[in-house]
Amino acid sequence: MALYKQLALGAGLAALLSTAAHADLSGKVIGFSQIGSESGWRAAETSVTKAEAEKRGVDLKFADAQQKQENQIKAIRGFIAQGVDAILVAPVVSTGWDEVLTEAKEASIPVVLLDRGIDASQDLYLTSVASDQVKEGRVAGEWLVKTVGDKPCNVVELQGTVGSSPAINRKQGFEEGIAGHANITLTRSQTGDFTRAKGKEVMEGFLKAEGGGKSICAVYAHNDDMAVGAIQAIKDAGLKPGSDILVVSIDAVPDIFAAMAAGEANATVELTPNMAGPAFDALDAFLNGGTVPEKFIITESKLYTPADNPQGEYEARKGLGY
Amino acid sequence: MQATEGVPVLDARGIVKVFGQHTALGGVDFDLRAGEVHALLGENGAGKSTLIKILTGAYQPDGGTVLLDGAPVSFRDPLQAQGYGIGTVYQEVNLLPNRSVAENLFLGRQPTRFGLVRRREIESRARTLLADYGLEIDVRAELSEYSVAVQQIVAIARAVELSGKVLVLDEPTASLDRNEVQRLFDVVRNLKARGLGIIFITHFLDQVFELSDRVTILRNGRKIATQPLAGLSTADVVRMMLGKDVSLDHHVTGIADAARGATRVTFRDLGRTGSVAPITLSVHEGEVVGVAGLLGSGRTEVARLMFGVDAADSGEILVDGAPVTIRNPAQAVAAGFGFCPEDRKIDGIFGDLSVRENIIIALQAKLGWFRALNREDQVELAGRYAEALDIRAANHDMPVKLLSGGNQQKVILARWLALDPNFLILDEPTRGIDVGAHAEIVRTINRLREEGLALFVISSELDEVVAYSNRVVVMRDREMVAELTGAAVAPDSIVQAIAGVPAVEVAQ
Amino acid sequence: MTRPTVELRPAHEPPGHRHRPWAEALLRPQFLALAAVLLVNWLLFPGFFTITWQDGRLFGSLIDVLNRGAPVAILAIGMTAVIATKGVDLSVGAVMAIAGAVAASMVVAGWPAGLAVLAALAVGLVCGLWNGVLVTVLQIQPIIATLVLMVAGRGLAQLVTEGSIVTFSDPLLIFIGTGSVLGLPTPVVIALSLMLCATLLVRRTALGLLIEAVGVNRSAARFAGIRASALLLLVYAFAGLCAAIAGLIVTGDIRGADANNAGLWLELDAILAVVIGGTSLLGGRFSIPMSVVGAMIIQAMNTGILISGFSPEFNLVVKSGVIIVILVLQSPMAASILQKRRIKGGRA
Repeated sequence: MALYKQLALGAGLAALLSTAAHADLSGKVIGFSQIGSESGWRAAETSVTKAEAEKRGVDLKFADAQQKQENQIKAIRGFIAQGVDAILVAPVVSTGWDEVLTEAKEASIPVVLLDRGIDASQDLYLTSVASDQVKEGRVAGEWLVKTVGDKPCNVVELQGTVGSSPAINRKQGFEEGIAGHANITLTRSQTGDFTRAKGKEVMEGFLKAEGGGKSICAVYAHNDDMAVGAIQAIKDAGLKPGSDILVVSIDAVPDIFAAMAAGEANATVELTPNMAGPAFDALDAFLNGGTVPEKFIITESKLYTPADNPQGEYEARKGLGY
Repeated sequence: MQATEGVPVLDARGIVKVFGQHTALGGVDFDLRAGEVHALLGENGAGKSTLIKILTGAYQPDGGTVLLDGAPVSFRDPLQAQGYGIGTVYQEVNLLPNRSVAENLFLGRQPTRFGLVRRREIESRARTLLADYGLEIDVRAELSEYSVAVQQIVAIARAVELSGKVLVLDEPTASLDRNEVQRLFDVVRNLKARGLGIIFITHFLDQVFELSDRVTILRNGRKIATQPLAGLSTADVVRMMLGKDVSLDHHVTGIADAARGATRVTFRDLGRTGSVAPITLSVHEGEVVGVAGLLGSGRTEVARLMFGVDAADSGEILVDGAPVTIRNPAQAVAAGFGFCPEDRKIDGIFGDLSVRENIIIALQAKLGWFRALNREDQVELAGRYAEALDIRAANHDMPVKLLSGGNQQKVILARWLALDPNFLILDEPTRGIDVGAHAEIVRTINRLREEGLALFVISSELDEVVAYSNRVVVMRDREMVAELTGAAVAPDSIVQAIAGVPAVEVAQ
Repeated sequence: MTRPTVELRPAHEPPGHRHRPWAEALLRPQFLALAAVLLVNWLLFPGFFTITWQDGRLFGSLIDVLNRGAPVAILAIGMTAVIATKGVDLSVGAVMAIAGAVAASMVVAGWPAGLAVLAALAVGLVCGLWNGVLVTVLQIQPIIATLVLMVAGRGLAQLVTEGSIVTFSDPLLIFIGTGSVLGLPTPVVIALSLMLCATLLVRRTALGLLIEAVGVNRSAARFAGIRASALLLLVYAFAGLCAAIAGLIVTGDIRGADANNAGLWLELDAILAVVIGGTSLLGGRFSIPMSVVGAMIIQAMNTGILISGFSPEFNLVVKSGVIIVILVLQSPMAASILQKRRIKGGRA
């Protein structure tokens, strides 16, 4: 099984990494302090980062913080002591970084933040690479606007965990995306806690409450896992997901592509696990050419639909650890 | 220096304290003079700790008055009592082990300047203070670095500093070795010379004689006597602690010589290191072996070994001549033993379960998980034993906690009788129950004996022991020191055995 | 050998309360609370009681309540026994995740589904025994002992699934999660059967009484010759087994083992169900069916919130409000007030 996984990993990476063109980072030593492996996406980010490093000949020092800031701070101090050329950090919390980042700065080691921001002076890091959650929601909303045209469409929404920033931002973005189109109305919105089980349960409730689902035109889920749960609920209610009810979600994890290939999901917006690619590019330009990158690098929020070879995307991604 | 006569520093008159249906103190007088050590003695449940709690403000009395220097006082709480000059030191030192000695001495009333604690001043005052107690130690070190004896003296010093009139020492020597006890006694004598009144509670009689001027003895919530110790013998004190008090309507004669049957159980060299020295004893059918001894003599510990509550580390047990293994109560029950423990509430009664369930529970435990007694059998058993023992309950489905203490005791007795036991151990079966039920329990024990049961009964009521025992085993210092038979089964000889008068004399 | 016999006289059976009249049982606060919650649901959504026959199975909100409530009901069945002994098992949510992870990983690796299910149940049993050993042999307080597995168990499950959701299409597992038997969802059938079996087991044998005795007074139980340690081991093992069954259901339901989220915080819902059902956290008297009713009250509330259309920010506020009302209703104080009124009513 392990060997099979590695093969799949290789194939998947080839597809993901093909875009970048790079100068030389080979021989550089770069430390990477990862949060942990709390989700499939995080695991994928780790594998992609390792693969990106290998591809560029970077000697990557990987440290798993197991969800603890103190472990991250220890790891960063370790990297500084080893005299690495640069440090990547996916910060577990947003505060408490000033001291250790000052130490890195004094040692003239550039620091790049991955996928989350921090509350600290911008002088303390070279750049941060992250996605734009509002934009992700907006892309999903715009896709729906384009797909339904002028037809009336009642949308139900499966929110992420109440109060979490992706839930707030992806909701806001989606509402921006459908703004000005009176034919699209958000009729129900409940939290599915980002999980499949709750996504399914909440969708079941929506279907009952909306006359067996006849009046629902589309479901928008803040992540693919809840969409996968909702798809099962729609099928249990005797409807066809993907045609009777449109399914649009965010993240682009392998299972949503499997559903798409089966005609049961319509669109997903990618939250790329490849934060390391742009980070390495920026470091390359900085270390080899002295070019200071922008302070905030926003990753692409790419839309995938059944037209984008979902079966191929599924195969490419399923080995990444999602 | 001898105790001064005159107005007592502390004078309690007619103190009454009632808990629910139980009268813990029924009009007790107690007086303490300045410059005396006054020992307070009594068995468990005699009312010692209730009296102390009233004198130190932890309880409010239901009747009677407390006079301090001749003026009536009433304390809301121990803090207020402290303010009036009454300090207490317990067996377990209740200071802060991880703070310095000096801090412990002045905690809560540190000298301050501009809101800041003046550490230097505290430390120098602490050194001066402790010097009076013969202690020259580093007062900046944490309290926990010192031995229990030193901590005890620090606690005394603090209590005396805070209060200064009356000092209550509640079992202060229980965890000290011989030298430490002497050191503590020197401190106490010194305080006595300074004019403090000291109440001393212990169950070591030799310490009472060594240190105290007078003694007050309580039993069953009443004062038996207050006397100067000079002129009293150990046997006198023991007799007052255990002696006749309740009039029992039974005849005392003839039981010691009553016929007994074959040997039922034999304990050979049964012992446990640090708990009970090995004892050898047989109990016959139709025989009651009584156990006498003071609190802490090892009498309960023997029963616990027999029943497997504590595992014995030496000896063997034979039932009807065949060896049995008893390492836990379940095995004891399987061997046909029953045990009514001393503390009914903690070890005996299932308060929320019904009377019926309380009666059948041991039989059910013996039958195992899957051979359930059906409801009809349960009702029949409970009914039969409730009637035989005259258990007064409105119905047998009511929670047993609603019954009186005496009825609860009978429920536990019924529990074991329902098992048709070989051998029954009763630890203080009459403690904490009213006089009527008391006599009834004694009658029941006699009836069970007549019906052929082998019993082992622990009691601190000597008249009671004599009333039902064929033989009496006397425990002292965790050792079986005498086995009295025939005419020797009498209060006087038991008292002498407990007090340590040589066995030869006892036999005569 | 003469045996001591106490004189036998004919027994008088005390006035018994053998069978409570059904009417009185249905007036218990739990049933009233369930009825009230269902009524509110109906007011919020008139189609709430509509049940239709669709694709060979019953379909409707009421069925959803039973179906979604089944995992917590199953956890509550095991939890009832543990709480009756004055213990608590915080690890059941994590054990659900482990059991699901084991079953899913095994079928994905090609093992027969039947074997995977048995393995998952066995793992649940072992987890329960582990808790039992910590509680009885090492004498760790139950809340701490089971906290160990609550924290570590989810990590174990993540190790098994390697951090991702292991999806499968095995028909047996899917049947356990989403199938139907005689028109009823499989989880409902499993929960009801388990409730019946467990109730019969504890009430037709001496187990129920002995468990209550240990819970009421562990020391007295020891003195009465009850093998309390063996009983505690049994009870924790049973709770582990129930957790494994619940884990199989939620895994089958989403056709995937989600180690991060399966059973997350459900131990608290299970404890709440038991408490709502009237079993005291101080141990003693317990009722398995009433705990299941408790689980249904919780789920009826969850489903009601889903279909009410309130904004999700209100979920927890509404839920805690209703729970407070239920707990107050069945508090001893409310019971005594009710009793007084009944007596008054009787006199009037």
